[in-house]
Amino acid sequence: MTNLTSLTLAEARKGLADKTFTSLELTDAHLSAMEAARALNAFVLETPDQARAMAREADSQIAKGDAGPLAGIPLGIKDLFATKGVRTTACSKILGNFVPTYESTITSQLWRDGAVMLGKLNNDEFAMGSSNETSCFGPVGNPWRREGSNTTLVPGGSSGGSASAVAALLCMGATATDTGGSIRQPAAFTATVGIKPTYGRCSRWGIVAFASSLDQAGPIARSVRDCAMLLRSMAGHDPKDTTSVDIAVPDYEAAVGKSVKGMKIGIPKEYRLDGMPAEIEKLWEAGAAWLKAAGAELVEVSLPHTKYALPAYYIVAPAEASSNLARYDGVRYGLREQGRNIIEMYENTRAEGFGAEVKRRVMIGTYVLSAGYYDAYYLRAQKVRTLIKKDFEDCFARGVDAILTPATPSAAFGIGEKGGADPVEMYLNDIFTVTVNMAGLPGIAVPAGKDAQGLPLGLQLIGRPFDEETLFSLGEVIEQAAGRFTPERWW
Amino acid sequence: MSVDAATVRRIAHLARIAVSDDEVPHLQGELNAMLAFVEQLSEVNVEGVDPMTSVTPMEMKKRQDVVNDGEIADDIVANAPATEGHFFLVPKVVE
Repeated sequence: MTNLTSLTLAEARKGLADKTFTSLELTDAHLSAMEAARALNAFVLETPDQARAMAREADSQIAKGDAGPLAGIPLGIKDLFATKGVRTTACSKILGNFVPTYESTITSQLWRDGAVMLGKLNNDEFAMGSSNETSCFGPVGNPWRREGSNTTLVPGGSSGGSASAVAALLCMGATATDTGGSIRQPAAFTATVGIKPTYGRCSRWGIVAFASSLDQAGPIARSVRDCAMLLRSMAGHDPKDTTSVDIAVPDYEAAVGKSVKGMKIGIPKEYRLDGMPAEIEKLWEAGAAWLKAAGAELVEVSLPHTKYALPAYYIVAPAEASSNLARYDGVRYGLREQGRNIIEMYENTRAEGFGAEVKRRVMIGTYVLSAGYYDAYYLRAQKVRTLIKKDFEDCFARGVDAILTPATPSAAFGIGEKGGADPVEMYLNDIFTVTVNMAGLPGIAVPAGKDAQGLPLGLQLIGRPFDEETLFSLGEVIEQAAGRFTPERWW
Repeated sequence: MSVDAATVRRIAHLARIAVSDDEVPHLQGELNAMLAFVEQLSEVNVEGVDPMTSVTPMEMKKRQDVVNDGEIADDIVANAPATEGHFFLVPKVVE
């Protein structure tokens, strides 16, 4: 029954309800696929025993007729989510063998709704990266390769394990997080669908913190509908997260397939970069044409502060990270390195436990918050952030329902190809996605085509605050027009 | 603005990250590349613009002032590298 892994989540739900197969069969098929795909390094911890126990429980609930909306669906969990009794590391040496004594709100909601955990997924260390190369468990392979080439490419990051596992049919969906593009960029690199919801839509409780004013969790899955199903379970108010918003969670799936006739779609001229590959430009035009054919109206819009989003992000995010990561001091959990006194113990622990990218960001964050530099850097960046948000507000105030952009400035690249000499080269990957985090808006990446080398490319739709439903409706139009893309198995 | 070697050492100490002498030039180069990249923000006119404090306009929620948790000392120390009973052990801090 190996073909059980190629079902979408919606198809699997139907098969389970119709008793065509059991969750245990579905789970076993995915566990086998996971074991056979270790070359991808997508999972950093496999939990087959727990998966089978959860699948049996789901089967008994389905038999009794009181199954939750995700009953029996096997998922992968990014290693940034605390899972009770299951090692959680954020893919950093500094967390070592940390085993949470509590469960993150999002995963607890997935288990409440009957989902099955296959294991923990690889990511960039503390979610800092755009290629999954900063993980202490090593890089993840993208299931996609250039046509006629054996070079292993990155799956994007930071949710590289999530995107790779979903694309390689190792799990039906995965949790992910997005601080500057970490859901949407890997989704675009692997021909999967990923949505970063509005800031406050999903609880951040129990997720290892990177930059708290930007972090937001969301799903990666193989179709727009599958993402809608997962988000419904993940979203919702949580009293344990003061930034979580107390508004009802809609039935996102009902928005999939809804007409987009008469919707106004903004095409921001500032996203047309000098030197942008012609293929990306062509894909963007194709996306606009599909939406137009579905009855949407296209309008050119201007988001004048777009180019300042990435530099402002590289002040705000490291500043928040330097503060959040102060907790890793070798006292309460994780790694400890000895020193002659307590300060040396802290310094040696953090020098040994953090990887190069994390150190870089903690140090730049420390600098921009330090006395004498706070106003010039941090305060100015937060003012620029206000302007970036205002650009979007002005645009939505003119009746624009959503904004269409490319998801990334290029397709996936090779391991070790970028950022070796200058970290900024890697940061430019997030140029189209980071604006959305700065403004707290929802954004979805949907596969839309391939480049000349046969690598997937994605389009991004940006919505009004808490209007994920419009993104699902528009995303479905793109998915229907572009079709779905599956990599050829080589691993 | 750019940082010199002494500033790199000072930042590393503030961030409580031990840095060896041969790491300094490399870190200095990377930090300066990042600072050069963010330099373009100085061309934005931010006169009269309020700094962002909350991306989603909302009232700060306050919890009820009640005890709703506790008696989990075993859980709290479960992952600590060095403990004695329900205490975290650290190198001597008071002479």
